[in-house]
Amino acid sequence: MKRIYLDHSATTPVDKKILRAMLPYFGADFGNPSSIHTFGQKAAAAVDAAREQVAGFLNCNVDEVVFTSGATESDNLAIRGVIAAAKKKGVQKPHIITSLIEHPAVLETCAEMEREGAEVTYLRVSPTGLVRTEDVKKAIKENTVLVTIMYVNSEVGSIQPVREIGKIIHKINEARLNEWKKTKGKEPLSRPQEIYFHTDATQAPNFLNCDVRWNYIDLLSFSGHKIYGPKGVGVLYARTGVPLRAVQTGGHHENSRRSGTLNVPGIVGLGEAVKALKNKPDEGKDGRWTGTNRKIARLRDMLVKGLEKSLPGIVLNTDRKHATPAHAHFSFVGAEGESVLIALDLAGVAVSTGSACASGSLKPSHVLLAMGIKQEIAHHSIRFTLGKNTTEEEIKKVIRILPPIIKKFRKMSPELKF
Amino acid sequence: MLYTKEVMKHFQHPHNQGVIKDADSVGEAGNPVCGDVMKIYLKIVDKKTGSKTKKVIKDVKFETLGCAAAIAVSSALTDKIKGMEIEKVLKIQKDDIIKDLGGLPPAKIHCSMLGLEALDEALKEYKK
Repeated sequence: MKRIYLDHSATTPVDKKILRAMLPYFGADFGNPSSIHTFGQKAAAAVDAAREQVAGFLNCNVDEVVFTSGATESDNLAIRGVIAAAKKKGVQKPHIITSLIEHPAVLETCAEMEREGAEVTYLRVSPTGLVRTEDVKKAIKENTVLVTIMYVNSEVGSIQPVREIGKIIHKINEARLNEWKKTKGKEPLSRPQEIYFHTDATQAPNFLNCDVRWNYIDLLSFSGHKIYGPKGVGVLYARTGVPLRAVQTGGHHENSRRSGTLNVPGIVGLGEAVKALKNKPDEGKDGRWTGTNRKIARLRDMLVKGLEKSLPGIVLNTDRKHATPAHAHFSFVGAEGESVLIALDLAGVAVSTGSACASGSLKPSHVLLAMGIKQEIAHHSIRFTLGKNTTEEEIKKVIRILPPIIKKFRKMSPELKF
Repeated sequence: MLYTKEVMKHFQHPHNQGVIKDADSVGEAGNPVCGDVMKIYLKIVDKKTGSKTKKVIKDVKFETLGCAAAIAVSSALTDKIKGMEIEKVLKIQKDDIIKDLGGLPPAKIHCSMLGLEALDEALKEYKK
């Protein structure tokens, strides 16, 4: 059976070209980039090339790129690193602003910071899964040190107003600094606390502009395996001047920001994956896409139209005007998500669900609940995420095989009201 | 999380799915907020063996909204009690169902309770 993969938000297949670029670094070019001899220098050159590639994509300096083991580690380093540095500087109770729809890598880390004495504001979102820029502005306080808002929500695909949030923070920082400059004496220690803006951009690079200057971003996380590269490697962009205390200490790698021998094949793979990414300023604005993104959006829309036509009573939770071209998140009301997922898998189609039954916990997805979706409907959710290799034939097949599956489960269910 | 072959068999082709229109008793358990609901329909008859008369489950059907484990439990439980004396039905434990399914993942053990609770409700109603 030729399987259809529609779970690209979970991970993407590794491009053959990317795999080929990595292989020598598992073999003949095995050197440690910290070594001075030829073996080491060959590896170091490969890491440098990847770093330049990433810096070019993010529009930053090479020394602002920190290689990590993935986006979870990058998020941890950004949040823990900034908060630890602020505490060291003397901020008694550093304040963090985040949202209720962040990835657990951010939410759990913020909760940990709370337990260690920080203060955290969790912003609510609109029914379509969007953080409101105004809410960020209102939440800012004297002791705010960090704002961490994701670029794209992985479940419903909603694109957060990252650039607008970045701009607001930038303006507030500027105003505070100007105010301080007017005061007499200008005691260096009384310099106002700067607010740093971090974004978990894991789901964004394939679709959106990740230029950190254009977006007014101070810290940005992403990983290799969502962009057709390898797992186990990620990036944290940390702007020069953002105080960051290392989480993992050791041999002073990555300018002492992240110690540990570099994952050379992974970094090479990530660098190769980044080569294919392009930053276009207004890409995705009001749901308008170009190039590969347009192709993906067309197939996604075909899927939505096809399923809506043959299945009454289904709800599309993805607001396509403000979401990636790849996401189609549905509630197939009356059919439990895990059952649908398994039935689809048996038919050769891979998707994911926000149902509690698939998570091992008793609650459905925190993102759907934050959007105000009722628990009984959240259990019936299925997420499709298309990729650059998704074909029209695959989408047509899903439109054909899914309706009988939903109908079967609805028939099996007792009569209920939702 | 992996399901056993037995669970998958029941999930793909559940037995006794449907309703009994003239059921002697109906029981329901679960809650759509939690994700799982099961409804069980029983047809109960008297069976004479010698001088004794015993109540026996002649037919059983179920309707379930839930995950693969909930559907498999519904199917296996209804298989088990079909034709069984009520006295014996009352002795069924959740572990018996789990055993019939070749095991359940730890997070899904509560699904086996759902079936027994629905059955319990149906039997309670019958006694009334």
